[in-house]
This record gives sequence, structure tokens and C-alpha cells, in this order.
Amino acid sequence: MTTPTTEAQAEQGPDRLYAALLNEGRFRIQHCRDCDRHVFYPRNLCPHCGGEALDWTDPKGTGTVYSTSVVRRKPDAGGDYNVALIDLDEGVRMMSRVEGVAPQAVRIGMRVRARVAPAAGDGVPAMVVFDPMEG
Amino acid sequence: MPAQSLRGGVAIVGVGQAGLGEAHGKTEMEILVEAAKAAVKDAGMSMREIDGIATASVGATMWVMPVAEYLGIHPKFVDSTMIGGSSFVAHMLPAMLALEAGLCDAVLVCYGSNQRTSTVGRAGIAKVRSVLDPQPYENPYQPMQPITSYALAAARHMHQYGTTREHLAEVAVAARKWAQLNPDALMRDPLSIDDVLNARMVSDPLSVRDCCLVTDGAGAYVMVRAERAKDLAKPPVYVLGNATATWHRQISSMPDLTVSAAKESGERAFAMAGVKPADVDVLELYDAFTINTLLFLEDLGFCAKGEGGPFVSGGAIAPGGRLPVNTNGGGLSCVHPGMYGMFITIEAVRQLRGECGERQVGGAEIALVHGNGGTLSSQSTAILGTAAAL
Repeated sequence: MTTPTTEAQAEQGPDRLYAALLNEGRFRIQHCRDCDRHVFYPRNLCPHCGGEALDWTDPKGTGTVYSTSVVRRKPDAGGDYNVALIDLDEGVRMMSRVEGVAPQAVRIGMRVRARVAPAAGDGVPAMVVFDPMEG
Repeated sequence: MPAQSLRGGVAIVGVGQAGLGEAHGKTEMEILVEAAKAAVKDAGMSMREIDGIATASVGATMWVMPVAEYLGIHPKFVDSTMIGGSSFVAHMLPAMLALEAGLCDAVLVCYGSNQRTSTVGRAGIAKVRSVLDPQPYENPYQPMQPITSYALAAARHMHQYGTTREHLAEVAVAARKWAQLNPDALMRDPLSIDDVLNARMVSDPLSVRDCCLVTDGAGAYVMVRAERAKDLAKPPVYVLGNATATWHRQISSMPDLTVSAAKESGERAFAMAGVKPADVDVLELYDAFTINTLLFLEDLGFCAKGEGGPFVSGGAIAPGGRLPVNTNGGGLSCVHPGMYGMFITIEAVRQLRGECGERQVGGAEIALVHGNGGTLSSQSTAILGTAAAL
């Protein structure tokens, strides 16, 4: 699909549109028609070729952990948590975290699948997180 | 005009530091000006002769103006370029161009920070930055910046090349051994590999001893054209080459976490200087984190990609090792007031002048200074040399 879902979204720049889609539970990335490469984070020009023919597309949602860290935090502040870089199968990288396993158990090379975590209280926005894939 | 024509046309003729460690009761401006006065005096010049200025601040975006105002100078050349900790290495090239073009005659590069004793904590600064300098594709995941970004680079290097935490610890231990020879260094207690490995983890695989200090400190240096430099108080230290490169801002946009833009800045700086890594006598690399030193030794051509760990093992970059690196004790053990690029430049100048006492590298004629900024985001390499290196 190349057009935003509503007229109101058509008025929005890529940042706001991406966030609006996440708020609807949808994770979309961009694809450049000129160079046939995917683009993340969302922009209004292609960083690979400088082209402007960017379409929104549904990624497969699968990817591989490129790197990972455990941010140490006191238990009473919520405890340790994972921060990872994920390479989507479409060839773009994003920061995220892997949930469903201990932060220390996240490994480089681990196959993961995307999920949209809805907005939470305290201004935490909707965001893409990843779960380990079975097997 | 080919870049090589800039080689040696400008020299650093004065350096000064102030407020290293803890500068209780003094503002950033006050310690900056103390360092500036020391640098101008070191050159045998007067502040009235300064007609160009370069500076940057973590907090104040128009910082060059209050600094010029405080000093009472009306500069013909101003540079407030802010690319993080490498700024004060990157400030060299525009100043060289301005001096060579005759736009001005003496440029003061200066910096000061009371990050350690400041009442504004890290959390407060992070909160303000999230509004003024948003990174909406990283901030929601709460990376502990900048540490987590460097941790991600370290983890990838370990995965890809078999680098170990012991290799990283070698960097911290070498820095500490140099610091023990430097009376100005903040951290001079003995430090072992095991101490680093057993230190409190901050963002895996980095422990607190893999991370730079948080200190106060100010520094300044003065640049003039080479013909003027000969008549001043101290032996000139010539800028043989300087180049800056940036490939990303946020770590998630770094193409390959094991290769920094130091590869490009280094190649350009070496080309301008007409020298190669084997010609360099002493290195001052921006060691905000232990992984930096490994990445920069590789990217600047001192060892092959992936071999940084084995290269530094067995005290190879410590005093008495095969390659003197971070001879002041580095950001890890000497000083790191928010942005550190100023202090590696000053240490290189002092090494080339032979002023470094116990930690002096004998016969040093060519020094490499490498500044880093952001989250491995900006890289600036300078090659400095004595008159013998011209």
C-alpha cells in the first residue's frame, strides 16, 4: 500500500505517520522504488540513492539480533533490561529490545519476530519489540 | 588547492589547562578562561593578539559568543562547531584555512566543563536533551547513553572477532599505568585486569572501569601561521594533517559497529600529512570507553581489523610497551570533563615538546591525535609534528 490510511495521515510527515501507525498496532517501514531498497527510520528522501519515491510497506516482521546489551538497573527501579539492534530481513537495522527471555539470554544471531507493544502510561509510546522465534 | 598544501602551514604554539579533576566553586567559564590565559601565556603572546576563536559546549549552543564577550575580544574568525568530544580536534582544519587565508592571525581553541561538580545531574541533562535533540527511534528503548551504544559496538566486536573482556581490560590497565606517571591524572591507584573484570557492570559487556571518568576540567590551545610560530616562546608543534568524518548520529544508523569513520578521517589526515602509521611515535586516542582504543588502533591502520584485542595484550600500549598510547592516562584515568578532545591535543603537544616528565616518550617527533564524538558518530584525526618532522 502506497497511501496513508486516512486523509489526516496524508498531511503528516513520515515521523508522525510511523507513530500513528504504531498506535493502530501496525508496524510499517519504507521502500524506495528507485533503488529497490528498504529504509528505516522513516524519512522523506532515500538515504541510499537520494530518491523520493518512498512507499510504506509491511515488513515480514522477522529479523536477527545484530548486537545486544544488558542495561543494569537496580531491582527497585525495575531491574536489568535488554537493548538490542535488530536487522530486519528486509535489510534495515533498528534499535529495540527482545522480550520473553532474560536480558542476559539474548544472543547475537538469535532469530526474532516483531510485535507492536501498545502505548503505556507515563508517556511511553507504542513501539516495536521482538520475541525469540521458536526453534 | 590540494589538502597536502596545508601541511605544516600552521602550528600550535601555546597550551593550557585548568580545573582538572574537581573545580569546586568555579564556573565552566571561569576555568575555561584560566586555561585560555595559560595557553596564551605559554605561547608568549597576549590575549589582545587573539583574533580568532573556536569553542563548543555541551549545553550552550551559541557558546562562542559568551566566551568572546568574557575574554573581551572581537574575533574575525569564529567556529562553534559542536560534534561532541571530537570538536576540539576538528576545530583545527577551519582554523588552519582561516589563518592560511589571512582572515585572522591567532586562533584560540578552548573548552571548559564542571561536569563532575555541577549541580545539574546526568538525568537532568538527558531529560532536556530528549526534547532539544530528539532520537525518537532509540529513546523509547531507554539505552543508557552514551554507554549502551559503545556496549553494543563492543558486543559486536567480541562476537565477530573473538575479542574478550580481558582485551578491553588491557586498555583500562594500560591507561592507569600511564596515569600513575602523570601528576595531573585523577585516578592513580593500581588497577589490575581482574579489577576491571570484577567491577560493577553498567551496560554489558562494559563495566564501570571500561568507562571514562566524569571530571571537571578546561583546556586551550593557540594556533598561528608557521612563520610567526618560530618567534614565539615554545617550540612550535606543526599541524601536518587534520580530517573529520561522520557516517551516522545514532548507533542504530552506524553501518558496521566494528568499523568507525576513523577509517576515513585517518586516511585523509595521513594523506595530508604525507606520513603512515609506522611513522607515528605517540598516539592520543579518545578512550571514552575501552572499546574505542581497539576500534581506533584498527581503523587508523595500526593493526588489522579485528586484531585490536591481541594487539594491546601483554601491556603492549602501557608504559614500556611497543606503542605508547594515551600517555596522559586517557579519559579512562586522567581527565574527561564531558568532552575530551581538547586534552588529547594538549598531551600530544606536550609530548612533542618533551615536557612530559616521567611519562615522556623519548624522541617523539610525530604524534597522532584522534577525537571521537557522540556515539562513535564523529571522528577527527590530527597528525602533529615537531620542526624535525616538517
